[in-house]
Amino acid sequence: MTDTPTHAPQGSDAKLGPVARFVRDTELDTRMIGMVGALLLIWFGFHLYGVFFKDGGSFLTARNLWNLSVQTAVTGIMATGMVLVIITRNIDLSVGSIVGFTGMIMGVLQVNILPQYLGLGHPLIWIITVIVGIVLGACIGAFHGWLTAYRAIPSFIVTLGGMLVWRGAAFLVADGKTISPVDSTFALLGGGPYGAIGSTGSWIVGVVGCAVILLMMYRGRKARSKHGFSKRPVWAETTVAALACGVLLGTVLVVNSYPWPIGIVKSYAAANNITTPPEELFISHGFAIPVLILAGVAILMTILMTRTRFGRYVFAIGGNPEAAALSGIDTKWMTVKIFALMGLLSGLAAVVASARLTSATNALGDLEELYVIASAVIGGTSLAGGVGTIYGAIIGTLVIQSLQTGMVLIGFGDGSYRKIVVGVALVLAVYLDILYRKKIK
Amino acid sequence: MANNGTPLVEMRDISIAFGGIKAVDHVSIDLHPGEVVGLLGHNGAGKSTLIKCLSGAYKADAGEIYINGAKAEISNPRDAREYNIETIYQTLALADNLNAASNLFLGREIVGAGGFLDDSAMEAETRKIMARLNPNFRKFNVPVSALSGGQRQSVAIARAVYFNAKILIMDEPTAALGPQETQMVAELIQELKKQGLGIFLIEHDIHAVMDLCDRAVVMKNGQRVGTVNVGEVTDEDILGMIIMGKKPPQAV
Repeated sequence: MTDTPTHAPQGSDAKLGPVARFVRDTELDTRMIGMVGALLLIWFGFHLYGVFFKDGGSFLTARNLWNLSVQTAVTGIMATGMVLVIITRNIDLSVGSIVGFTGMIMGVLQVNILPQYLGLGHPLIWIITVIVGIVLGACIGAFHGWLTAYRAIPSFIVTLGGMLVWRGAAFLVADGKTISPVDSTFALLGGGPYGAIGSTGSWIVGVVGCAVILLMMYRGRKARSKHGFSKRPVWAETTVAALACGVLLGTVLVVNSYPWPIGIVKSYAAANNITTPPEELFISHGFAIPVLILAGVAILMTILMTRTRFGRYVFAIGGNPEAAALSGIDTKWMTVKIFALMGLLSGLAAVVASARLTSATNALGDLEELYVIASAVIGGTSLAGGVGTIYGAIIGTLVIQSLQTGMVLIGFGDGSYRKIVVGVALVLAVYLDILYRKKIK
Repeated sequence: MANNGTPLVEMRDISIAFGGIKAVDHVSIDLHPGEVVGLLGHNGAGKSTLIKCLSGAYKADAGEIYINGAKAEISNPRDAREYNIETIYQTLALADNLNAASNLFLGREIVGAGGFLDDSAMEAETRKIMARLNPNFRKFNVPVSALSGGQRQSVAIARAVYFNAKILIMDEPTAALGPQETQMVAELIQELKKQGLGIFLIEHDIHAVMDLCDRAVVMKNGQRVGTVNVGEVTDEDILGMIIMGKKPPQAV
């Protein structure tokens, strides 16, 4: 029996219902199914509320979903990093303030300093600005990590202090003035009609994405057969592949069916000597650049967490810090690296946030840390450490953002209602998660 | 016993103090290939602390460690591994949220092209070694938190055995186990001994010591009471050393 190459005992099919068998064979994460289900429930709920009680549903429209995707980018980028911080039993309360500070530094750099030397609109401006912002964020994060790991100050305190310090510093950078407008190329990183890749580009992204999904599933299957482990049934493999590619291509369809607003089309047509009347032109947004940045971050972070030693050590430290240290893992240096990565992602989020506003203000990212932490936690990251996923954090961000957007669309746009709903959702999500974990034990 | 020749391990005059309290006070011990040396003493006698200097978890304040007659510098667990010293800790030192293969290879993962983890290869290796150590083990794809005490212990032992340990430190390896699993560990110790490994066994159970060990070192209040050849003394002699610090005439 020792080398029985099966993961789950066979012959127990009779006891399992069709749903349980589907989950077992496809090896889909039941938690993920639950989270996606909750997300869809929120989406359809708000849409149907609009259909029945307002003049038509407005949630499940290309326009709203496109905006939702852009609004998710800033929090989502940081939530992927917060997952690592929380898995290793730390917390980072300073990310919102790091966004504010790095955003201000980038604003001053690209508006007041670089044009003096390079000339306004020089193509290097946005590149230098982005690099400086990301490196600065990483340095601040590394400093917090160093204080936590090598000076043994609890991360809660270090980053609580950091939250105040960097918010104050953000004000001092330009004495509280708003820096505007940012470099025009830099602004594209925040989205908008010009900051999206259009219909053709989106199809390319979709098709390449599908090819990668299929290739990865094929290679996974080959690795399993190489060692004689059980493979998923072919129908399950096909279903998962079809689902993944279907979702991706469906997303392409949605973002491509959201056209540029007529005003933008008119000026675009005028600028490019297009003779077709603007009313007949249908120019798709396609994927917004910040959404592609988020997707890239999510993919890289997922690879980092599941396929590299670094990710394995993050989980090991979260599961048993002592065991990790005894296994020869340099847990202190790991903590510095994790906080540096969190800071780096905060710098990147600051790029997207300030580009989206086309200006830098010292209030940029205010209270964002709370939404970032809430996203990671709603996405299943355990504050007890050791458990969490990148995709969970992104779904968590989508849940929070969907609740906020949905409240606005059905007429509860007042900020106080939104805060109440998000707060309740956070506590409820964690409670459901606790129930779920108890049940699978 | 074949106590001639170069010892596998020699710890000379080791001292370590925590906040003014001398946890280990000028203690010397040695270990030969194919030998099991028991370390005995009350809780707080300093046996675990002493042995952690060898496994790299602590750094001794004073004293020297020789491996195969050559002076060794061990300042962290990675250094210890370089000398093929493997430790099975009392607390098992497993990450509960990871599966058996991830724990077995923790810190020494198999990586494939591009430095990415090769989980399938690690699982395959884990299946091989577990088939040898604990043929009933089948829970390869669940976190080790879902395993029984014996199963967890076999993962911990597999980790030490897999990487060709020459020097094995076992800190109460059977403390959390049932009778059958304890027997399994005992057989394994005999097997490893035959292969020429040197084993330090920290143990409270005097009968286990009499059964498994060749020599026993007794410690009390951070100091070494004495070392005896287990074959030459009785249970009472050893108990007397542990409780009263009384050194029988056979001891050195």
